[in-house]
Amino acid sequence: MGLDIEANKKIIEEMLEAYPDKARKDREKHFEINNEELINCGKCSIKSNMKSRPGVMTQRGCAYAGSKGVVWGPIKDMVHISHGPVGCGQYSWGTRRNYANGTLGIDNFTAMQVTSDFQETDIVFGGDKKLEVICREIKEMFPLAKGISIQSECPVGLIGDDIEAVSKKMSAELGIPIIPVRCEGFRGVSQSLGHHIANDAIRDFLMGKRELAECGPYDINIIGDYNIGGDAWASRILLEEMGLRVIAQWSGDGTINELAIAHKAKLNLIHCHRSMNYMVTTMEREYGIPWMEYNFFGPTKTAESLRAIAALFDEHIQENCENVIAKYTPQMDAIISKFKPRLEGKKVMLLVGGLRARHTLGAYEDLGMEVVATGYEFAHKDDYEKTFPELPEGTIIYDDPTAYELEELAQKLDIDLMGSGVKEKYVYHKMGIPFRQMHSWDYSGPYHGYDGFKIFAKDMDMTINSPVWNLIKPSKTELLHKEEAGV
Amino acid sequence: MKDKIEISDHNSLFKSEPYIKQREGKKAFEAPCSEQETMEALAYSKSSEYKDKNFARQSLVVNPHKACQPLGALMAALGFEKTLPFIHGSQGCTAYFRSHLSRHFKEPAPAVSSSMTEDGAVFGGMSNLIDGLENSVALYKPEMVAVSTTCMAEVIGDDLQAFISNARQKGAISEDLPVPYANTPSFSGSHITGYDSMLKSIISTLYNRSGIQAVPGSGETTGEKLNLILGFEPYTGNFAEVRKILAAFDTKYTFLGDHSGNFDSPATGEYSYYYGGTKLTDVPKAANALGTLSLQKYSVKKTMDYIKGTWKQQTLSMSTPIGITATDRLIEAISELTGLPIPDELVDERGRVVDALTDSHPYLHGKRVALVGDPDLLIGLIQFCLETGMEPVHIVCSNGDNGFKEEAEALLAASPYGAEATVYIGNDLWHMRSLLIDNPVDLAVGSSHLKYAAKDAGVPLIRVGFPVFDRHHLHRYPIIGYQGALNLLTTIVNTILQNLDEDSSGFNHDLVR
Repeated sequence: MGLDIEANKKIIEEMLEAYPDKARKDREKHFEINNEELINCGKCSIKSNMKSRPGVMTQRGCAYAGSKGVVWGPIKDMVHISHGPVGCGQYSWGTRRNYANGTLGIDNFTAMQVTSDFQETDIVFGGDKKLEVICREIKEMFPLAKGISIQSECPVGLIGDDIEAVSKKMSAELGIPIIPVRCEGFRGVSQSLGHHIANDAIRDFLMGKRELAECGPYDINIIGDYNIGGDAWASRILLEEMGLRVIAQWSGDGTINELAIAHKAKLNLIHCHRSMNYMVTTMEREYGIPWMEYNFFGPTKTAESLRAIAALFDEHIQENCENVIAKYTPQMDAIISKFKPRLEGKKVMLLVGGLRARHTLGAYEDLGMEVVATGYEFAHKDDYEKTFPELPEGTIIYDDPTAYELEELAQKLDIDLMGSGVKEKYVYHKMGIPFRQMHSWDYSGPYHGYDGFKIFAKDMDMTINSPVWNLIKPSKTELLHKEEAGV
Repeated sequence: MKDKIEISDHNSLFKSEPYIKQREGKKAFEAPCSEQETMEALAYSKSSEYKDKNFARQSLVVNPHKACQPLGALMAALGFEKTLPFIHGSQGCTAYFRSHLSRHFKEPAPAVSSSMTEDGAVFGGMSNLIDGLENSVALYKPEMVAVSTTCMAEVIGDDLQAFISNARQKGAISEDLPVPYANTPSFSGSHITGYDSMLKSIISTLYNRSGIQAVPGSGETTGEKLNLILGFEPYTGNFAEVRKILAAFDTKYTFLGDHSGNFDSPATGEYSYYYGGTKLTDVPKAANALGTLSLQKYSVKKTMDYIKGTWKQQTLSMSTPIGITATDRLIEAISELTGLPIPDELVDERGRVVDALTDSHPYLHGKRVALVGDPDLLIGLIQFCLETGMEPVHIVCSNGDNGFKEEAEALLAASPYGAEATVYIGNDLWHMRSLLIDNPVDLAVGSSHLKYAAKDAGVPLIRVGFPVFDRHHLHRYPIIGYQGALNLLTTIVNTILQNLDEDSSGFNHDLVR
């Protein structure tokens, strides 16, 4: 049983006994079981955005991963320098699948690893001089690059380099925006601070810097969509079909110009609230642009969101909106009638980022699936407050769970599907538990919008109902151990 | 007939008309370069003027072919039984190492971090390390914890020896638990340097703790005859191949570092953090072996120096034994170190693989090849090319030193097939792009990271080395030993034949090749 409050409490208590006292006391605060009170008031009873315990195999990354890996990296017409030693840039190279149109290395620089490759001498003497040379060389090697961002790695902050001064100087010399981003990996407790830092840099260096030639009543921005597997494209198509004009995509397939003209929009639509809420609130404050959060996972949430968006515009848009929903509804019905019978009642556990663990719920529900445990790597209080009301009583909600906790829960809850990242994927394959990478869509996608839901449904069916899971047998050694233990 | 539901994913969806229209429409807000500008820049990027500028770069690094030290340290740690890799510093690095290794092997890569943040930067990471050791031992019950460092811990100068002994004093870990450590700053060397440092630390720590005094050749059982080191080895299949060869010799041996279990474990319905690996008690016993044979040179320099200096054994290092000649040397070395004759079955196997090479040589001969990889892999690949009649042309090694360059050049100079080759150390794959375009080749051999340059130059890529992210299971098939030579040959010749078929005009779409 997945949703029995008392039973689940017991599971968590027993599980946490494995920790030394100090760690156990801390970890206790990061679990909650959804109940009536939480559903009604959504009060945040769970500790979040706190330091991970040392030594526990957290799933979290760092500020650099949040800034370069998530926010800045997908901006395609800029060169993003991973400033510091080689590793960070190497490991984040091309792994998030932020699709972007253009010619790689000519007018699109997304799937590239540009680094200052710090050596010991750079640590001793500082990397500022080298950074100047690098900026000049970028201009020479990539003449069509419209800007440069400098993504600081740990040593840059520790040795006290003045990347701000270098940026200012080189920006003047080269005539393109050069933007310093202080996203050293040791800052904050997860990638979340990196998003915030990245957003601040966009605010300080690009926001409101350019004008849009012709403004219209239906101008909007897509904020917080990183175009993983083409998500933003599958979203944009619906908004445009509805008669809205998307003037900027932040930041998947985005350009420097889109960042700089976005303040001219009439409405900000934000998908990943966790990583870019700082931007929409800033634009609201500075330019009076209203914003709303939307959710394009699954037809129910997509239709709800489309209607909510249309409600902010005139009848013409509202009529178009209904037409769009009507156009896709038969396709969605066909998908659901095909896949729901295969997926109904399947139990899902999730651990994804700071948003998707709640955002994808609707898509699972549309297929008749039940999320029995969910949580986030790096969410904040507000994310949890929005999560409780979305889920039934008894659902386990966790913050920054460790590998050990997830594995224990997956087994105790007897789940049918785990959705998390690549570090976790193969663990669950060993355990015989179907798994989807819900960071990168497991090399599939898009998952957003109506076109995306078709792929989502197909992927979930393929994963859960694959006959390969039936082939897994315990090894002889395991059987022997069990026999010895009298199991 | 059932109604077919159209489900197109990113492979076809975005080629459809509405999305093409969307792409065109979006340009109104992108302030894009004109088509002409883009075409001109593309043409310029393929010019020899551009190539010269590319090679004149002083500081900019684009698409380098190397990872950083602690990733190698993690791999070394997973070569030992029930060993938990512990990375001291900020936590994002550990997430990256684990992801990177998982993407290559399609396997879990367990490791913990001490999760240091700003206060660690100010006050040092001692309490993080102590708490971290206590937590990780409680949760993951390792028999050894192997500590390596990230940049952060290195820059602030954390003293691992002192921290670990404080952790023991405070009772966070028991005296019995071996905690080897290695300083692995990412701002020097590469993943192979980190591998070496951690391997040496593990071996010396376990040896020093055992109280054993090395007496070479004094091993009481045959298990202590020969030690083998495979180094930073991205192929689990290579371990199996070496085992097969040693089984043919019927000799006992010890692998010093064997991560093949951890990176090729069975799906049984249960997950364990630890699979296989060198037994901790076997490490000090290895001090009494007749000798140690290393199948990589550049990735285990310090380790081999240690073994030679401290254990006073015979040592022999060779680069990744790819191809017939290099495998011959491997077999001879085993024979020399153990005093055992070369088994007939290996001679027969050799003959069969040579037979295959003679069958396929017309398609390989004179094929111009570009190579990218770690130093030891490249030495092996160069040897293989030269003995099959393929001609290495561009060789790029981002993490090679002068010693490697000299060795590679000497190897190339000794064969007429190496006459056109140039060896580049410290260069990156953006340099390789210029080389491939300026002086075209027939084949590129290297990791998945080479796919961008290969595509720009229109060269087929044979995926060999680390990391291979975009093809499945290649690491399970050995590339060393006679079997490895056959595997490489099969891949290469069939890629060439596939291309021949694709390029054929109707009349030469031959049935027999």
